[in-house]
Amino acid sequence: MMALANPANFMRISGRLLPWLAATTAVCLLVGLILALVVAPPDYQQGETVRIMFIHVPAAWVASLCYMVMTGAALGTLVWRHPLADAAQKAAAPLGAAFTFTCLVTGSLWGKPMWGTYWVWDARLTSVLVLFLIYLGLIGLWQAIEEPGRAARAAAIMTLVGVVNIPIVKFSVDWWNTLHQPASVFRMGGPALDPSMLWPLLVMAAGFSLLFATLHLYAIRTEVLRRRLRRLMLNAAVPAAATTFAIVEAAP
Amino acid sequence: MTALSALLAVPHVGFILAAYGVTAAVLGGTVAALVLDRRRQTRRLRRFDPRGRGAAGR
Repeated sequence: MMALANPANFMRISGRLLPWLAATTAVCLLVGLILALVVAPPDYQQGETVRIMFIHVPAAWVASLCYMVMTGAALGTLVWRHPLADAAQKAAAPLGAAFTFTCLVTGSLWGKPMWGTYWVWDARLTSVLVLFLIYLGLIGLWQAIEEPGRAARAAAIMTLVGVVNIPIVKFSVDWWNTLHQPASVFRMGGPALDPSMLWPLLVMAAGFSLLFATLHLYAIRTEVLRRRLRRLMLNAAVPAAATTFAIVEAAP
Repeated sequence: MTALSALLAVPHVGFILAAYGVTAAVLGGTVAALVLDRRRQTRRLRRFDPRGRGAAGR
């Protein structure tokens, strides 16, 4: 872990890891899709529509997982002021937004045939929408502040404030009376799902998590390159600016 | 044709296909955006770092 904390070591190690991670992700998603679309039986109540669960639930899990990763990175930014923590936080926000958007849309498309409506303002749906808006706000904050250090600190504070929404997302179905069903996998007394549906769901969840890990590593590497470029551009600009200043000073 | 007819006979098939389609589009679009961003940064970095060390990511 400590070796990875150095950006140069991170680039070297992640560069070797990334192709293996991408290949594992592709295999896991392929197996998961076959299990979800071919092997898993239709539900006795929902019929074939239950197949939406195999993408909706993993997307929801990764949406929250991504935010927890960002929270860890935010602590890394504020406590240790580590540049890789900044990069990890910035790289995760668009991924979190993409997975949360996927969760919202697939949930809506599942809700219409099952509940008779695309959307209700119940606690679970609303808290996930709030999560999506937080992701968009964080992306906007990174874009709005030019100096990366200041942007990182502002985004870290906003991330730590927003983490209060994660337990609300998780426990909203227990705390309030919602149209959304309660937890059926991570709950007291074990999963309520039949193994014929649970295993495809877990494989798809592993595939989505691996996809997030792959894309996150890739995006952090790009962010490190962006910062290297910025440093080179600043180094190139400073002598030019100094020369211009000297010319102006020397002018009569 | 028979397989297509069987698929279309599944209740709510439009919702299922739309859900998988949107997921593929959003996640595929995210991958494409990341790859394009990486290419742009690499190209710009090569311009400032002609030896290519920066672009190689070391």
